[in-house]
Formats: sequence, C-alpha cells, structure tokens
Amino acid sequence: MPSRLLNLGICALGAALVAASVASGSAAAQTIAITGGKVYPVSGPPIENGTVLIRDGKIVAVGANVTIPSDAEKVDASGKWVTPGLVNAETQLGLVEVGFGAGANESRARSTDGVTPDFASWDGLNPRSVLIPPAREGGVTSVMSTPVGGLIAGQSSMIDLYGDTRADMILRAPAAMIAGIGDAGGDGAPAKGQVVAKLRELLQDTRYYQKHVADFDRGQSRQLSASPAGLAAMVPVLEGKVPLLIDADQASDIQSVIDLQKEFGIKVIIGGGEEAWEVADRLAKAKIPVLAGAMSNIPISFSALGARQDNVALLRKAGVQVALIGNGGGDEELFNVRNIRYEAGNAVGYGLPWDDALKAITETPAEIFGVSDRIGSLQPGREANVVIWDGDPFEFATRAVAVYVRGQKQNDVSRQDLLTKRYETMPPSYGPKP
Amino acid sequence: MRLLALALAIAVAGCANSAPASQAPAPAKAATTAAASSSASDTTPPSTAGPGALSVPNADPFPSTYKPFPSKPTLIENVTIFTAVGPRIVNGALLMRDNKIAAVGKSADDPAIKQAEGGESPVVIDGTGKFVTPGIIDVHSHLGVYPAPAVESNSDGNELVNPATPYVWAEHSVWPQDPQFPRNLAGGVTTLQILPGSGNLFGGRSAILKVVPSRTVQGMKFPGAKYGLKMACGENPKRVYGNRGGPQTRMGNVAGYRAEWIKAEAYRRKWDAWLKNRKGDPPQRDLGLETLAEVLRGNILPQMHCYRADEMAQVIDISHEFGYKVRAFHHGVEAYKIADLLAKEGIGAAVWADWGDFKMEALDAVPANMALLWKAGVKVMIHSDDPSGSQRLNQEVAKAMASGRAIGLNITEEDAVKWMTINPAWALDLDSKIGSIETGKDADVVLWSGDPFSVYTHADKVWIDGAMLFDRSDPQARWRSDFELGFVPDVATGGTK
Repeated sequence: MPSRLLNLGICALGAALVAASVASGSAAAQTIAITGGKVYPVSGPPIENGTVLIRDGKIVAVGANVTIPSDAEKVDASGKWVTPGLVNAETQLGLVEVGFGAGANESRARSTDGVTPDFASWDGLNPRSVLIPPAREGGVTSVMSTPVGGLIAGQSSMIDLYGDTRADMILRAPAAMIAGIGDAGGDGAPAKGQVVAKLRELLQDTRYYQKHVADFDRGQSRQLSASPAGLAAMVPVLEGKVPLLIDADQASDIQSVIDLQKEFGIKVIIGGGEEAWEVADRLAKAKIPVLAGAMSNIPISFSALGARQDNVALLRKAGVQVALIGNGGGDEELFNVRNIRYEAGNAVGYGLPWDDALKAITETPAEIFGVSDRIGSLQPGREANVVIWDGDPFEFATRAVAVYVRGQKQNDVSRQDLLTKRYETMPPSYGPKP
Repeated sequence: MRLLALALAIAVAGCANSAPASQAPAPAKAATTAAASSSASDTTPPSTAGPGALSVPNADPFPSTYKPFPSKPTLIENVTIFTAVGPRIVNGALLMRDNKIAAVGKSADDPAIKQAEGGESPVVIDGTGKFVTPGIIDVHSHLGVYPAPAVESNSDGNELVNPATPYVWAEHSVWPQDPQFPRNLAGGVTTLQILPGSGNLFGGRSAILKVVPSRTVQGMKFPGAKYGLKMACGENPKRVYGNRGGPQTRMGNVAGYRAEWIKAEAYRRKWDAWLKNRKGDPPQRDLGLETLAEVLRGNILPQMHCYRADEMAQVIDISHEFGYKVRAFHHGVEAYKIADLLAKEGIGAAVWADWGDFKMEALDAVPANMALLWKAGVKVMIHSDDPSGSQRLNQEVAKAMASGRAIGLNITEEDAVKWMTINPAWALDLDSKIGSIETGKDADVVLWSGDPFSVYTHADKVWIDGAMLFDRSDPQARWRSDFELGFVPDVATGGTK
C-alpha cells in the first residue's frame, strides 16, 4: 500500500514538472506590433519609441528599430508605457473564491501535524475564478498560487492568468514548497526551536527515504516523520530542484533558515522577512532571495519588532534578490492581487530605485521561481505577457489600457464591472428593459 | 518567547504578592468615608456622592485632559493648499497661531496673513512643490484596543460576552502606548474614532482621540467630542453567538436590536421624566441603557458596521421605528446599491477603497463604491479598520478616485480630499472644529512632500492644534511609544535596538 501511494506521488510530480515546460499551443497565429511607446523590457534599459513584436503568443522582437511585418496588427502605444505583465508572487488566486464561510477555500490542507508536503495545491485550482479577471485588468498576468497554513502547507504553482484549464495556466508546478516559522512560539504554540527541529527531521527523513526507497517499499524502513507521499514530495526540495519557501520574520529565525540551507544544501527563499534588513549581508552572501512587502512598519508580533518600510530598499542595497509581495493588510492575496504595483510604488517611496521596483514585480519573482525563461521580461522567446499603461504603472491614477497574455488581448469584464454597471443608474435594472 | 512569557508570569505574581501591603491604606480610607456618609442621612444623597448616582444626559465621567502641545506661530508659504471646502490655492500661504488656523491666503503677502501675524514674525516654512491638506480623520480605527504587538493579553476590542454590550466604552481599553499611534500620525492622521469590534449587535461607545503622545487616554480625548455607538450587522454577531444562545440568524440580529431599543426607550422616558423635577428616588441607573438613551436623545452618534445593502435598508427602518438616526454605515461594501436611499436619509458612508471578498457579505465589493456614492450625493468617507491602511488613507482615496474616473466620473482632487477630511469630521459631528483649512478652525494640518494622491508622496510635517508633532526631517525628535524603547530598532540611531 505505501509503495503504491509512493509511486503515485512520484509520477504525479514528474508529470507536473513535464507539463509545466510544455507550452499550450492554443494561442492563435497572430502577429501584433505594439509601437511608439516607452518600452520597459526590464531585462535591459528602457527604449523610447520602442516596438514590441508578438507572433503566435511569443515575443519575437523588442527594440527601437524593429521591422514590422506587413501582416502585423499595429497597436499604437505613443505616449504610453509598455512593460512585461506583472507578477505577484504571493496569492491564493484560483484556490480561494471567498475567504471564509462559503466553502470556497481550497488553500488549506487538513492534517493533525500541519505537515502536508504532498498537497499539490494546483489540483484544486479553478481557472474560472471570478478573482482572476480583476487581477488581469490591473496588469497582473502571472501569479504564484500558494497554499497556506501549518508548518509545511504544501506546494505552490506559478501560473499565467490565461486559459480555461490548469494545463493552460501552469508555468511551473511545483514552484515552491511552502513552510512557515512565522509567528510560532509562545503560549500554546510549538516553540520555534521545535519547528526548526521538525523541519530538520523532515529533511533528514527525506534524505534517508531517498536512499532507502526500496527498503521502504518492502516495509523494512524505520519509522519516518511523514507519509510516503509527503517524503516523495520533499525529495525535489532536498535535491535543490524545488525551493523551500519559509515564512520567517524575526532576524534570528531567518538565521535558522540560513543555517538549514547550509546544512542540507537546499534552495531556500524567505517569505515575509519583516526583519530581513537586519541580516541583509548574510542573506546576500548566502544568495537567499526574499519575498517582502513595502507597507509593513508595525511591530505586530514579537517576531516582527523590527518591521520597517525601507526593508526592501535596504535588502536591495545589500545585494539581496527581492520580489515584492502585498502586505498592506488589504486582501492583496485575492481581491487586490492587482495592487502589487502600488506595493512597488511605496517601495520607491521608501528608497528602492524605480527600476528595481519594476524588476521586483516582474523579472525577479520569475527568476526566483524558475520561470524567467518564460515570463517577467520583454525579450524574444518569452511569452507575450505585455501591458500598455497610460502612465507610470506605480501611480494610482494610471490604468492598464491593454493587457496581453500569451499574445492574446484580454477583454475582461469582471464581476465587479458587471455590478458597477448594474448600479450606475438608480434604480437598477434586473432584467430586459421594456 | 518562552522565557519572556515566564518572566511576565513572575512579574505579575510579584505584583499580586506585594499589593496587600502597599495598597492597604486606600481601601480602609474608602470604607471609612462610606460609613460616615451613610450614617449622616438616609434620605438625602450623601454630600460626597459623585454624579455617578444619576443618569444625566451628556455626562462626562472621564473628562478629557488634553491640552494642545507647545506651538509657535507658523507660516507655510508657496504651497498648494487643499482646503477641503473650496478650490485649491496654488502657491498659497497658511498661518497657524494660538492653536488655530489664523489666516489662509493667496500668498504670504496677503493682507489677511499680514494682519493675523499681528507684527509677530512666525516660523516660516517654504512649501515650494509641496501640498497642504487638513489633518486626516479615520472614523474606523481599533488602535489602542487592538494594539501592536497583536497579542492576546492586549486584545481588548471585542467584549464577546453578550450580543448587546452598549455598556462598554472603547476608551477603557485604549492603550496609549500602542506603537501604532505614532505611525498613524506619520501618515498624516490627526483624529481617530476608536471603535469596539463588530462581534456584538451593540459593541459599545467609541472614543474620539487626538493622535498625540499621552500617559493616559484622557490626555488623548478630543475635548467636547460626542461619543459614537458601535453597532454591527450581518455575519459577525451571527458567527460569534450562533452557538452561544444567539443571534444565530440575520432575523435574530434584527430582533436583538429592536429588543434593546424597546428597553432603551422606556429607560429614556423614565429618566427624562425624573430629571424634569428631580423629585423622589431616582430610577435605577443602567450603563448600557444609558448609552442607548443618549442615542435616542441625539447625544451619541450610531456608527454601524454593515456590509449588505438590504441590511442597511432594514436598519434604516429600525431607526425610524425608534426615532434615532444612524450617523454613518461603516464598511458598506454594498452601499453603492442604495446610494439614493443613503443620500435621501442623510446617512454617511464610511468605506474602503477596494477591500472585498474575504467573506460572503463582502462578495459584491466594487472599487467604484466611493465614487458611486459621491455621485449620488452621499457624505462619503474613507475609513481603514486597519492599522496599516490607516497610515495611507491618502493612497486609499487616490485609488477610489481613480476607480471613479475609470467609469467616467469627473471627480476632482478637491472632491476627493473631502473624503478623508471634512466628511469624516462631519461623521463625528466635529466639522465645525476640524476637517478643513479655514480661518478659526483647529490647526490640524499636514504638509505633504508632493501631491497627496501620488504613491511617492509622504507626510513631511503634521501639526495638531498648531503644534508640530511629526517632522520627517527630524528622526531624533520622533515620538516613540514606551513599548518601542528597547524592543523596536530606532531608525534615528541607525536601526540598532
């Protein structure tokens, strides 16, 4: 019985990794030339009066002197800003339709010990979530969709906000294994030392399991700390193929993560990282990326006493790779996935260079989660995820005037748009007009 | 963490042990006084009895001790002024003196400014490239009652023992050393309404506070401000009491409101009759009914947490049934659906720019909510319900304005400034004192580094009653709460703890 589960786990994992690298072939054969705008490729310097040429869903050329084929549909972006589609690296998009009280939350695995590494969250991903269009309208074209809760919450996926099926959407799955030290400790909760010990035990057991799979299958293994499927899911983490994203705020906990990385030679990423600035040099030296917000400055727990708004700027200054995530306290994982651009604006307000801020919501998260060959910059060969803005994308007054995902212009009419339309005039009309 | 908890436990135990010895004289003295007065007479109230024996309208048993901080006459010149009552004044000038806005003019040479200076030369601040607005007012805050760090020991915002707790007062939970207060001030917020939570149908009285450092909550209380009464619709009371005797349903909620108002009306009548001639034994005083009676008398302003349009319409009917007026619906994510009704009733809408979807009753949130309410003529205002959002209400308003413009509404920045200043001042019935830049008003003023609706703009300086209490350029002088000392790295000293 264990062996069958185990095989299933490995197969599912392998299949997912393969599926992720196969692009959907559904993009229509179409050539689009976005011309005249100020182009921010992110991978290179901005281009005044630049052209982005798209063919069959991919970017084929970016530059000031791009020859435009005669069959291309021309899109005039003069006076506009052109950027890669934005990437929000911490969302529950597709997993949660309503936060609670609605039976529409697929982001949490249930278990007795909070260790569910085999939870492949994307198996519950809903491509038709009504929260996807508002995100896309706001210029977000790719997100990480992340399970939450427990010590090991499960596996996240990196998805394009595109298409009708998971296969269409998934760029990479698993993109990360999600773990948390976060707020642990104190009254009733396990001590942080215990949490770290548990993580270490899990990694050691994974190593043992990896070496003794055959014994395990014959039922001759020692007792291990996770289910066979769980350990199987941890193998790519141990091998450094899937990063372990650990939610940790306190500087001393971040140090524990640095130590874990060293001990096991795994890839780790710090999530949240409220006090990461205090250990910025060590993070830079260990080449550990950080996902952090730009609006957090409240000592909200004894693990986040050092929270400050220039955290991200200080981390970048020290050479740490940083992707911005929402942490302003306003539903930024779902309803306001679109607000990631304001996180970038606030980061600039607190010292992050503007170019770095754009990078932190495009190319950097793509790099951190291993999809920078697909998204995050405007370069030939990348998915044509492109946004045309009528101004500085970080400003509130700016709107995304056109959004392309894999070369297809999105003409979203979100549920929010429909409600607004219905109640723009009073009384509302609930049916056909006479 | 463990060590800390242990240390706390020991400290508390130590206090308990030492208390009897050091506190002994006080109770003994109190007992003596009581005995003496009761023996004096059985019929007339003892002369030492406080006013607490009576249920008197507008009683103020915890009076404000706030005094404006020391200030110098200050002139801000060459600055763009959003007055919140008229068009912007470009390159204008503003004089603050004696805690008030002494003059507003087109330039520092404006005769009005010169006259108000009265020969005395003020501190002059060059506002070139900068903007001035009135101090921001957040009518929905839980600072102090849900302080940081957000630990159980300090979680004092929801008295979840009974669906009707109009007898609790938020000020009795406010921790003045909440490190969120100085952060709010740095965001340009000068006045807060601190509300109890929304777990109860009747949550208790609000506290109207100035965002100032103080040892006591009394030292923060806005002098003369009316109390608010927090009430709540919908899911929260249902969720809290569904398995604890109810209300379990929305119809249970409505029955719960009405039952209390019936009692409150009888209480008000009884007391008003007694207070007319003050003859005979006064009726029994009841803290909760007293608060509700004050609502019925118009002395306390109901501030009602309500998401859904249909529930708001029902609450309006209840208010007609019992003869009180809801001052503002808070959260109101569906307020746009009944914008016409709210406008007709003269009820304010305190809303978010774009929160939604975190529960069923928040499902129909739209970012154009504020803009649609504004279009219908509703007194609309931003609110936070969140210590982070509260620091950036200018950004929230910027989002709401942009969402309105995106559907073709011609909302000016002048309109939008009102959503965070004069309109919330109205919701607290303080619009005659604060919320606009007008001569004679309290000098609650924010100097912004640029357009307040740009994401890159910060509050550079903040004045309350003419006293500069925040200055971004002077980190050494920054207000740090007691909690922060030693715990929170001090930016002014390079970030060391």
